[in-house]
Amino acid sequence: MLILECPCCGVMADETELAPGYEAHLKRFGPDSSDEEFEAYMFARKNPKGVHFERWRHAYGCGKWFLAARDTATLEVFGTYPAQVSEPPADIIAKIRAKRPDWKGFK
Amino acid sequence: MKRYSVFAIAREALRHHTGWERAWASPEPKPQYDVVIVGAGGHGLATAYYLGKNHGIRNVAIIEKGWLGGGNTGRNTTIIRSNYLQDPSAAIYDKALQLYETLSQDLNYNVMFSPRGLLMLAQTHHEVRGYLRTVHANGLQGVSTEWISPERVKELVPIINIDGPRYPVLGALYQPRGGTGRHDAVAWGYARACSAMGMDIIQKCEVKGVRSEGGVVTGVDTTKGFIGCRKLGMVVAGHSGQLAEMAGFRLPIEAVALQAMVSEPIKPCMDVVVMANTVHGYMSQSDKGEMVIGGGTDGFNNYTQRGSFHHIEETLRALVETFPMISRLKMLRQWGGIVDMTGDRSPLISKTPLGNCFINCGWGTGGFKSIPGSGWAMAELMAKGEPGPLAEAFNMWRFKEGRFIDESVAAGVAH
Ligand SMILES: Cc1cc2nc3c(=O)[nH]c(=O)nc-3n(C[C@H](O)[C@H](O)[C@H](O)COP(=O)(O)OP(=O)(O)OC[C@H]3O[C@@H](n4cnc5c(N)ncnc54)[C@H](O)[C@@H]3O)c2cc1C
Ligand SMILES: [Zn+2]
Repeated sequence: MLILECPCCGVMADETELAPGYEAHLKRFGPDSSDEEFEAYMFARKNPKGVHFERWRHAYGCGKWFLAARDTATLEVFGTYPAQVSEPPADIIAKIRAKRPDWKGFK
Repeated sequence: MKRYSVFAIAREALRHHTGWERAWASPEPKPQYDVVIVGAGGHGLATAYYLGKNHGIRNVAIIEKGWLGGGNTGRNTTIIRSNYLQDPSAAIYDKALQLYETLSQDLNYNVMFSPRGLLMLAQTHHEVRGYLRTVHANGLQGVSTEWISPERVKELVPIINIDGPRYPVLGALYQPRGGTGRHDAVAWGYARACSAMGMDIIQKCEVKGVRSEGGVVTGVDTTKGFIGCRKLGMVVAGHSGQLAEMAGFRLPIEAVALQAMVSEPIKPCMDVVVMANTVHGYMSQSDKGEMVIGGGTDGFNNYTQRGSFHHIEETLRALVETFPMISRLKMLRQWGGIVDMTGDRSPLISKTPLGNCFINCGWGTGGFKSIPGSGWAMAELMAKGEPGPLAEAFNMWRFKEGRFIDESVAAGVAH
């Protein structure tokens, strides 16, 4: 069972309390963008086997969105952080690098 | 290849079963093939089979990182049906169902196809309307399905409780031609036939990289060295995102875990397949007597072939209302597979940004039933370089162009 700490209210929330929101840090494109940009935003996914950044919502708790760094091949959680950022914060990156030295980095 | 027949059984009985051949060979890879297929699941093996049978292309290798049929093909609950809503889906799933009807004879291998009939229960008024629409759509597509009353459901499935209270059965979409098959046998039957045509099935060999020059694939790097090819087919289900990354493009796919379980074996009590999509559960009885039960997918990316426990709980809790007798059953085994979910819940059978590289994936939670049709369509695409009528709508550019084949609104679950 997946357990994530909600950075908004500090609760260690078990998976049944959370609603998944899939890939984080997607750049949004609106009505005037090209078909390629819109497709990339709406559908194309990294779907990595390994380090991944995701959106989660503390649905049956404080109700707020937050982000999590996880390994999809081992289910290890590296940490969670607030959603108001456009890429993973330095401390999370450092934690991942310490555990996964050959990780290619966030791109 | 020696044919299996009643005479072969008699002959072998007389000589203490010493004459049975290995079903397929396990060769070392050659340096170069006309076609390399990555992934020896049902879809990869069927693609190779129809390349040989329909198009005369036999210099083919099928490369598998584990053992053949050990991916989702050997982990699924084997429901076969073709009552889909959208025309391109109905066409390819019904082609597959027709091929299943004679597959054992065609392959000379008993795939235990069992057209025992399949019910999709309507347990909300919304579902009643949805399935009535599907029955009409299927009528226009030439796929025979019917809408049946709760009383008829009870006749077909005596162990069912149609009265609720939470989700009473309001009727069902019935496809008498639907049913189940033996998952391993489908993979094994195709593998034996491919091997007999001279194709190389290379197991325990993982593809680690895709080499290309000027937009054209030259071969793949594997744990058994470089293997060259003139055409490459990627048919790796849950690992499609990884293969696409090796080849330098991105897919509209998320890999998530889907679980299933079987109960202790009991006497025959249900001779049809029942799907209850509102509560996300479905059930059939295996030849051994186990109740085979599946549910919904987990909600996050996962490559571990293990799912979360609460999904098992949810599935059983929901089914107990509709099938009260299963509350007394012990569940014996539970397992998971990594399914490849696309944005519109329909598959890709497609060219890719690389000229001679083709992809077949995105079957998600429901691609066992489509194996023969998918292999047929993929073989045609790979042989001719252009899709035929079955594959055409399933190209990967439909997401850019907004031409979805939306089965997620149609069924919710699509096993
Ligand atoms: C629990 C569960 C229940 C299901 N129930 C049903 C059902 O009732 N009805 C239905 O129609 N469908 C069902 N499905 C879906 C169905 O199982 C799949 O859609 C189908 O089996 C996919 O077949 P495949 O050949 O594409 O993939 P797979 O059988 O997964 O084969 C892909 C193969 O590629 C190999 N591979 C991956 N990466 C590499 C690499 N780098 N190098 C070499 N080889 C590689 C894998 O090892 C694997 O063997 C279910 C799935 C699950 C998990
Ligand atoms: Zn919270």
